[in-house]
Amino acid sequence: MSFDIEKIRGLFPVLHQEVHGKPLVYLDNAATTQKPQMVLDALTAYYQHDNSNIHRGAHALADRATRYFEETRETLRDFLNAREAAEIIFTKGTTESINLVAATFGRKFIGKGDEIIISTMEHHSNIVPWQMLCEEKEAILKIIPISDSGEILYDEFEKLLSPKTKLVSIVHASNSLGTINPVRKIITAAHAVGAKVLLDGAQSTSHLEIDVQELDCDFMAFSAHKLYGPTGLGVLYGKREILESMPPFQGGGEMIKEVTFEKTTYNEIPFKFEAGTPNIADVIAFKSALDFINGLGKKAIKAHEDELLAYANEKLGDIKGFTPIGIADEKVSVLSFNINGMHPYDVGMMLDANGIAVRTGHHCTQPLMKRLGLEGTVRASFAVYNSKSEIDKLAEGVSRIARIKNK
Amino acid sequence: MMNSIADIQDEIVSEFEILGDDKESTIYYIMELGAGMEDLPEIARRDENIIKGCQSTVWLIAEEREGKVHYMSDSNTDITKGLISLLLRVLNDRAPEDIVNAKLDFIERIGMGSIIGSQRSNGFAAMIKQIKLFAIAIQTNQNV
Repeated sequence: MSFDIEKIRGLFPVLHQEVHGKPLVYLDNAATTQKPQMVLDALTAYYQHDNSNIHRGAHALADRATRYFEETRETLRDFLNAREAAEIIFTKGTTESINLVAATFGRKFIGKGDEIIISTMEHHSNIVPWQMLCEEKEAILKIIPISDSGEILYDEFEKLLSPKTKLVSIVHASNSLGTINPVRKIITAAHAVGAKVLLDGAQSTSHLEIDVQELDCDFMAFSAHKLYGPTGLGVLYGKREILESMPPFQGGGEMIKEVTFEKTTYNEIPFKFEAGTPNIADVIAFKSALDFINGLGKKAIKAHEDELLAYANEKLGDIKGFTPIGIADEKVSVLSFNINGMHPYDVGMMLDANGIAVRTGHHCTQPLMKRLGLEGTVRASFAVYNSKSEIDKLAEGVSRIARIKNK
Repeated sequence: MMNSIADIQDEIVSEFEILGDDKESTIYYIMELGAGMEDLPEIARRDENIIKGCQSTVWLIAEEREGKVHYMSDSNTDITKGLISLLLRVLNDRAPEDIVNAKLDFIERIGMGSIIGSQRSNGFAAMIKQIKLFAIAIQTNQNV
């Protein structure tokens, strides 16, 4: 292992507790990651020393808060290798980022008979906004099918592409299965027919190195809370020329240049899309989370998580009645599974009784579950602070549960 | 003579007291209770018999048998099935007014909220509501 796991765990106060009398084993990281001490400290420090409204205050505190706020934007620019910080827009989360694109890009550029392509493995937040848009605009939603192993059928995707395709909105890494989609290839093919591409990066940004220029995606949406940062904060990356061509999202303060009752002119990007007082404290604290990730390095994080996933597959694979769900070659550290004859809820609850936190159910991907013929799965997802001994505990728990039904 | 609603609740409370704070044993026990429940006729496994508000699927039907309410139920999850079986152990085959007026204090006494968590507690409340609604419907019929 390339870094000191005990030292890393020491940074996360929440991990050091007992649940139902057992040490907590937190394996629900695809739902949300825990926050390191520096993020908690940054939140407290902001409210203790710097709290003030940003961008307009003519005083020292406002100046400081504005500077810290914009430093996070710059850190994100670097994190994604965006051309400029103005291409980074703060939102409430991945869901709002996608809805922003649907409400602005969609409103302006998608019309009757146009087509939007998504995949079978999308999260509801990358399905419903497009359904709503298509209904309003009489546009058509096309779905890329997947294989039984949980991989996009790329040839089928190519067949769906046509000059009518205006947008491809696709998950970078599946929250339910962990599959990493071949987005570079998808983006090139989509651009060839003149379509724009939105990447749902909710699950990929904490695991994979992201270079939006190299990927050449037009938009990327993700959430801070899955990146060891605060809840209620998200990011939308967009290429400058596209963001500039889009109408504003919400009206209010900050997003305007000049308001008269006759006509309002809008501010420059990114502010055009950030109406109202933003989530200042969480944006500022998010920088500490990004610094934490950068300090370890994505390569080392991915290597650690890959090792955990391989170890988990090996340990759980031997258990009678265990079926992994989603066995793509390229995966982030998500292990979805079922135990023969048992409902995922029951498995999740019994694991919880052993202090092990996993997610159970359809993971907000009902169409995917339907495609796989499942009611749901049990999902264990690993983060930088998880250890092999925690996976041993998971395997022990699952093995005991499996014995009930698979004697 | 059937034990009173209060007696059966006391019985349940003492069973759970033996299990103590061991959450795993408690869950196993609840699952075992469900396994012993009367089978729901296949024909009753229809969408209109599903209780709304439960995260897992719960079918519940009721009919009048000699002036009493007889319930049958099933669920796609073993724990939920166990939870219904606890409710039916207390309330099944009783007069509708007894079911309607029943104070189900065993739920709080065994600490159900902390056993099943807040999300399932909502579903559990929905089951109780549906059980009582059936009793009210049968009671209303009897009084016509």
